[in-house]
Formats: sequence, C-alpha cells, structure tokens
Amino acid sequence: MADIEVQDLAKRFGDFVAVDSLNFSVEHGEVFGLLGPNGAGKSTLIRMLTTLVPPTSGTARVNGFDIVRQANDVRQCIGVIPQAMTSDQDLSAVENMTIFAKLYGIPREKRERTIKSLLRDVDLVQWADKPVKMFSGGMRRRLEIARGLVHEPNIFFLDEPTTGLDPVSRVAVWEMLAKLKRERDLTILVTTHYMDEADKLCDRIAIVDHGKLVALDSPLKLKASIPGKNILEVSFQNAPPDWLKTLEALPEVAGVKAEDNIFRLSSNNGPRTTVALIEASRAAGATVASLSVQSTTLDDVFVHYTGHQMRDALQAPDVANSPFIMKR
Amino acid sequence: MHRVWAIIERDLRRFRRSPVLVVMSVVMPLVQLVILGYAFGGKIKHLQVGVVDEDHRVPAIKMREMFQAVAANAETFTPVMYSDKGAAMHDLRNGKINGVLDIPPEFSRKVLAGANPRVALIEDNTDQFSSSALEGTMSAMLPAYDSPAVAPRMTAAATLSVVEVYPYVPYIQYLLPGTIVLAIFVSAMIGGGIIFIDDKARGLHEGYLVTPIRKFELILGFTFAGAIKAIIAGVVLITVGSIIAGIPDPLNPLRILRMLLLVVAVSLALISMMFLLMVRVNDPLVPRAVFGMLNTVLYFPSGAVYPTESFPSWMKAITVVDPFTYAVHGFKQLVLKNTGLMAISGDLAFLFIFTIICMSLATVLFRRTL
Repeated sequence: MADIEVQDLAKRFGDFVAVDSLNFSVEHGEVFGLLGPNGAGKSTLIRMLTTLVPPTSGTARVNGFDIVRQANDVRQCIGVIPQAMTSDQDLSAVENMTIFAKLYGIPREKRERTIKSLLRDVDLVQWADKPVKMFSGGMRRRLEIARGLVHEPNIFFLDEPTTGLDPVSRVAVWEMLAKLKRERDLTILVTTHYMDEADKLCDRIAIVDHGKLVALDSPLKLKASIPGKNILEVSFQNAPPDWLKTLEALPEVAGVKAEDNIFRLSSNNGPRTTVALIEASRAAGATVASLSVQSTTLDDVFVHYTGHQMRDALQAPDVANSPFIMKR
Repeated sequence: MHRVWAIIERDLRRFRRSPVLVVMSVVMPLVQLVILGYAFGGKIKHLQVGVVDEDHRVPAIKMREMFQAVAANAETFTPVMYSDKGAAMHDLRNGKINGVLDIPPEFSRKVLAGANPRVALIEDNTDQFSSSALEGTMSAMLPAYDSPAVAPRMTAAATLSVVEVYPYVPYIQYLLPGTIVLAIFVSAMIGGGIIFIDDKARGLHEGYLVTPIRKFELILGFTFAGAIKAIIAGVVLITVGSIIAGIPDPLNPLRILRMLLLVVAVSLALISMMFLLMVRVNDPLVPRAVFGMLNTVLYFPSGAVYPTESFPSWMKAITVVDPFTYAVHGFKQLVLKNTGLMAISGDLAFLFIFTIICMSLATVLFRRTL
C-alpha cells in the first residue's frame, strides 16, 4: 500500500479552484516533489494532506488513514514544515523542540535523546540554547526540519522549505534533507518551484499548474518524454516572414516554438542543428542576435507541458495563506 | 493534560523573556488609579463667590459675616465683595467668579417681619461639581442663620443622625476595585487578544494544528496561559494598588487570600471572554481596534467609577451581563469593607459560570483547520 494515496482531491475557495481533482500516490521511502509556480495549488494540496484544510471533494489517505475521518491518526504519523517559519523566536532551539515533543506526548528520556540527535543532524548543536531570533533564515529552517521530526514521523511534508533562503543555505537544507532521508525510514513529500532542486533530489516529480496535475514521473523520464535532447534558444534580426517553416525543416529538429522574436528549437542533436541554423541564416540574410544551446531541463519539461515559462505563470493570490479572506 | 501544559509552558517561557507587555498592563491601570483618584477625589476649595449686599442693615450684615466665617473655615469658597450687582453678574458671565450671593434690598425688613426672607445664589451651572459644592455649603449655612439666638432645650423638630459604618472612603479607594479589574482586563486583552491573533497571523498556530492536540486542549492551554499572566497583573494591583490608595491593613493575609480567589475567577472570566470574541478573528488589527471600545463598554457600566443606580435602563441591561460588574462588586466588598467570602459568593458564582459558558462556546466555534 502506498504511503499517500490521493483520489479526485479538489479544493475550491468560492469560484476559485485551487486544486482540481488530483490523483496520484506516493510510495514508501520515496522523495516526491510537487513542482509548480506560486498559486499552482501546491500549498493547498499539502495543507489538505496534513489536515489543515478540509477538501471540497475527493479523498486522500495518509499512512492508510483518511485525512478527514481519521485526521488525528494522520497527525500522529506525519511531520510538517509549513511554508511560514513557525518557530517561536523568543525561545531557544531546544525549547522549541521540547514544546513540540510534549505536544506529541514523548516521554522525557526519549525526548532529550531525540532532540540531541536531531540537533546534531541539522548541525545546530552549538546553537541549542540560543534564542531563535539570533538564527539566520537557513538555521531557522533547519531547526524547523528538526522540530518536524521530533516525534519520529513516517511521512514528512515540507512546503517550499528553501523559499527565501540564499543559495548557500538552500544547498545546506537540501543536503541535510538528503542525509536525513538516508538515515531514517522516511517518505518525503516536498513542494518547490526550484527546478534544479527538484531535479537533483526527488525520485518522482508531479508538475502542478492551475491546480491540475500536468505530468508525473521521475526527473529523467520527464526530460526524456519531451521531444529532443537539446534546446536551442535563438533570436534574429531581419528574419524573413516564413522563417518558422525554415527552422522546422532544419536537420534533427523535433519542434519549434516561437514567442515574440525568440525561437525555441527542440533538437535530437544540438551541435548539428546549430551549424545548419547558422548556414540557413546566412543564406536567408538573417542575422543571429543571440543563441544558446543547452541540455533539456525540467524548465523545458514545464514549458512543454504547460505551454508557458514557470516565471510567466499567473501569480494567483495565495488564497489559502491569506488571513484576510474568508475561508470555508 | 501534557499537551495543555506544553502550551502553557511555551507562553510562560515567552512571558519570562519579554514581560514588557504585562508590566505595561499593570502600569497603565496604576497610573489611571493615581491620576483619576487624585483628580476626582479632592474636596473643592476656593471657589470665587461675589457677595452683593443691597440691604446693608443688621440682618444682612449678620448674613455676610456668617458667609465670611464659613468661607474662612471650610475654604470651599472665597468671598469677593461687590457694591454693584451688575458688575458681579458681568464677572460671573465672564468666568471671573463661580457664583454670586445676592442679599436683596428688602431682606432685613422681611427677616424682622417673618415674611419669607430670601437670598439668591446665582451660580455658573456649566460646572456641576462646583455648583453642587456651593449649593451644599450654602444649604448647610442657612439653618444656622435661621436658628434662634437661644436654642430651646427640647424641640419637636426631627433631625437626622448619620452613622458611618466604615471609615471615610476617599475616591482613590473607591476607584481601586475597578482599577484591579482593569489591570486584569488589559492583561487579558494583550494575552487573549493581541498576542493570540499575532501568533495566528505569524503561522505559529499552524504548528499546533498539525499535531494531535484536540480543540478543547488548545482552548484550555490558551486560557490558562493567559489567565496566569492576568493573575500576576491582578496580584500586583491588589498589593501595590492597596498601598497607593491607602487601604487600611493592606497586607492582611486573609484578605489577600480572598482577593486572590477573586483575581483567579475574574482572570478566567475575562480571558475566556476574550478568546470567545477572538476565536474566529484572523486580522491582527481587530483586537487593537476593539480594545478602546471594549474597555468603554465593559468598564464604565460596571459601577467602577459611578454608582450603577444612576444609569438609564438600557445601560443597566449592560451592567447585568457585564462580568466587570460582578468583579468590581466583589473587589468593593473585599477592598472597602473587608467582608468574608459569603458577601462575594454571588459574584464568584457568576464569574465561574460565565467562564464555563465562554470556554464552551469558544471550543465549539474554534476551527481546527485554517
């Protein structure tokens, strides 16, 4: 049985559909990534799975428990790191963790042992008794990850754990997560909008856009699923009117997408297509203004499946997060 | 119960680190006690009263002399002699003097003829406290003026003997019960209102909601944590406030114990009321915006600053359901009269029942989800 099973799960806030009938499952021990832009419905989905937001329709089971009817059983076996930093800044790292251990009813001896071990794992031992307000963003996030594991959950939910962190802290958080995953029997569901992180760390990735699941597979298979091994991004001056057809006819080209004056060519052989492209431009009297050749990335996968760049995605209001919007 | 205690522990640890808010909740009512107590508590003195004698004969002179004697002793007013009634009235209208005592031209003749002699007190009634003080002093002076030079040994006239059960209560002492309740309220407002909503807005509650804690445990934890801080504020007020206000024997252990019981009851009632009011609020501006209004609606109708018997019926209706009323009444019994628990049993019963109702409603209304 899968650790997380989602069936036709949907959430609406008034007329706004945040999550639209999602179906997927996460196997035991997997690192499962939910990839999508802000407003795609990732946080709402994770909040439904962690019993914070009731679904409008559909169902989901976490560790075999129904998220609505057996919510308390679900809470007992999950660890959750919300998007907002929820550690108490006036308390120390140990105090924050102790309070949460007590909320889970962990006996003193085990509590002290677990907290010490977790602080060592997240490299905060020397900061254990310092107030959290002295911590950097990365340290706070590491503390929250340790806090989320204080009751030794089977399934760990992380909602954009690296958002707002500098590149060095981001790498540190992901390395730490990978280490925790290696050392503990954990299933991890993580949301992110950083393609590179999802690519490196997730066993499988679900691409979510406008509340819908648009693709789901391992990063390798997702990249292989789109035409071409390389992407050529090129812009021209003086391009003739039927230029798109000329580009489509170039050798090894699997597809061309044009946006303003930028053409994205999917190619099965980047170098060969590039040479042909230069020759064709010269023959047609077009000047190459810019040209880049790269291997297929999850960015290209996202563009292929959603039809737009991640950065262009609609910045929908974060309805589930807003304290000023009435919720049902 | 370990989960309830975890919430209390977290709140108290935070409080220990930054007690500024609770200190403020104690300082503000103490400042109010001292300022209001001395602003309203003193006797009115040295009002300027113009005296116009239009008669100038012996009974009128006797009246003027008696007026000056009263002025010299009570110091409620200072006489200012005028020869012209028009000038006195001009000064009264311009605010230079507070009243005019006019002895009319026919006063002496009417005194000697026993024909209802009258003197007039023309007063600036825009200031009711001053005019009431003037009227009171003058009304007390006239029977002495009217009494015969040789009083009969026996008289048929009924007189009133006033016996005061308790020592004189200055206004600052009268204010103290309301001030103790106000300190507890401010603490409840900060703990149960402002901090509660701020924590919610910062996402701290989200951390609680993903744990297996139950709704009732959360409400119980929040209530007890807030009540403990309110109790600390109340205890400071019953001791420091009693000393400042000059309550006799302020550190009497029995009285302090009784007051402590009432402080606990009031703290629980006010903090649970605050949670009930804020249970569905998410906007951090709301508790700050309603603070002044709640303070006015609860504090003034309670009898803390003026007797409730003078209120119109709609305000008396607020008084009946206002927990401040029972809290203030209870503290008046203990602070001003040093009574036993029986005298406040009704207040305690109301406050505990009020707490149970508020907590039950808050638990029903509390959303376990975001």
